[in-house]
Amino acid sequence: MAEVRAEMVANVWKVVAAEGDQVDDGDTLVILESMKMEIPVIAEGPGTITSMHVAEGDVVQEGDLIAVID
Amino acid sequence: MLESVLVANRGEIARRVIRTARRLGIRAVAVYSEADADLPYVREADQAAPIGPAAPAQSYLNAAVIIGAARETGATAVHPGYGFLAENAGFARQVIAAGLTWVGPDPAAIEQMGDKIRARNLMEKAGVPVSPGSHEPVADVAVALAEASRIGYPVMVKAAAGGGGIGMGAAADDTELRAAFETARSRAERFFGSPEILIERYVERARHVEVQILGLADGRVLALGERDCSVQRRHQKVAEETPSPGVSAGLREQMLAAAVRAGEAVGYRGAGTVECLVDAENGSFVFLEMNTRLQVEHPVTELVTGIDLVEQQFRIAAGEPVSFDPATVSPRGHALELRVYAEDPVRFLPRPGTITEWTEPSGEGIRIDAGYQAGNTVTPFYDPLLAKLCVHGEDRGEALARARQAVAGFVVAGPKTNLPFHAELLDSAEFVSGDYDTSLVGRLRPGPGGPA
Repeated sequence: MAEVRAEMVANVWKVVAAEGDQVDDGDTLVILESMKMEIPVIAEGPGTITSMHVAEGDVVQEGDLIAVID
Repeated sequence: MLESVLVANRGEIARRVIRTARRLGIRAVAVYSEADADLPYVREADQAAPIGPAAPAQSYLNAAVIIGAARETGATAVHPGYGFLAENAGFARQVIAAGLTWVGPDPAAIEQMGDKIRARNLMEKAGVPVSPGSHEPVADVAVALAEASRIGYPVMVKAAAGGGGIGMGAAADDTELRAAFETARSRAERFFGSPEILIERYVERARHVEVQILGLADGRVLALGERDCSVQRRHQKVAEETPSPGVSAGLREQMLAAAVRAGEAVGYRGAGTVECLVDAENGSFVFLEMNTRLQVEHPVTELVTGIDLVEQQFRIAAGEPVSFDPATVSPRGHALELRVYAEDPVRFLPRPGTITEWTEPSGEGIRIDAGYQAGNTVTPFYDPLLAKLCVHGEDRGEALARARQAVAGFVVAGPKTNLPFHAELLDSAEFVSGDYDTSLVGRLRPGPGGPA
């Protein structure tokens, strides 16, 4: 099981993947936006998204849980 | 002179404009979003008006609210700073229609230069060199491919209405072009509200050199020297210097003359910047775009000329002569600006946060234009610029030495900053040699996660 967490304070611009999706290493899960920059959050290994913890428009803090991949 | 001015901006540039306004006895009015109430510029203004939520669209980009604030505070002029509404011709027109003085060029000049395709065509006609490129918006991928084969690879793809390097991408072949076109297209729509795309020849070993111009109230256009802005990450500037170590006296003369022609072609008034690319291989230059506003890196020009550019903007807007004799401008020494960003110094990713310690360096030849102080929170809503560390020396060697000391003496705790990157830059053989181009940062930070 891998927890994907936010590296920085950011706004959630786009949620690309959904709960139940199969993802591969490098797939984009969500796209954050901070300081006029888009920052893709990617899967760091293959698996199934068991939970997605953010929605578009949310503000995440550094270390907040974004998704869990199993 | 103007009686008062509302500064329609935030952070370091609002503070910098307010400083000159107050020195000249012009009443300075700040505006601030909910995220910025505690920043120094709000306190330093004579008066400050809240303009809404943190999201820029609801505050700093909200023309109606800003003009309303001017009316309520009795401000008689509006200075837009850079970014936000600074190059929005519609906003300039609304300011003028409200009976306020617009501290900037004629809205028609903003419009002509804001569309990069139109600007290129206009410059070509005015005798300013441009690179081979499209003369009208590139409608779709098929047209993009045809244009690229006509122009010749490699090409640069960008938003005609764009800026700040957003959505820009180089392509070396058809496959890369398809990808670059799609990226540019979606970013253009999202960030600039216009899907129009421009393709032009990409200069591989290029220096990014720009000329500061000043259009006077009497119609004359002056060129106040160049700035080298080749130190870039993600097509955004990180450090600038003047004079450019890559520009010979002969090339400088040609570039300054071309920049004057560019300004004259649009009847330019006030401070503006003509950006060019200099081919590092053969020393030729082409027009890139014109920024119809005060530039972030204007302090380096101020340091070598001794001219306060914001003061000249106010004077020109008021219809007065500038404060110096145009015939006797002669730049002295060498100046450098390092942009201190709230970002990690390795991957250059944003790192907002609360500032727990903020100590600025001081000393001979050091100028700090800062937007923050200890206790302030850097939020994710705006660009990552915390401060501009500027130095002036008798020559480049002295400026570099002063810059190294200043970087070492600048302490910021809380958000991560790129100060360690600047320390590395100032020690890198390539930068120190002066013989560098726009891919310098990529060489200092190779690999994925670098400054693509």
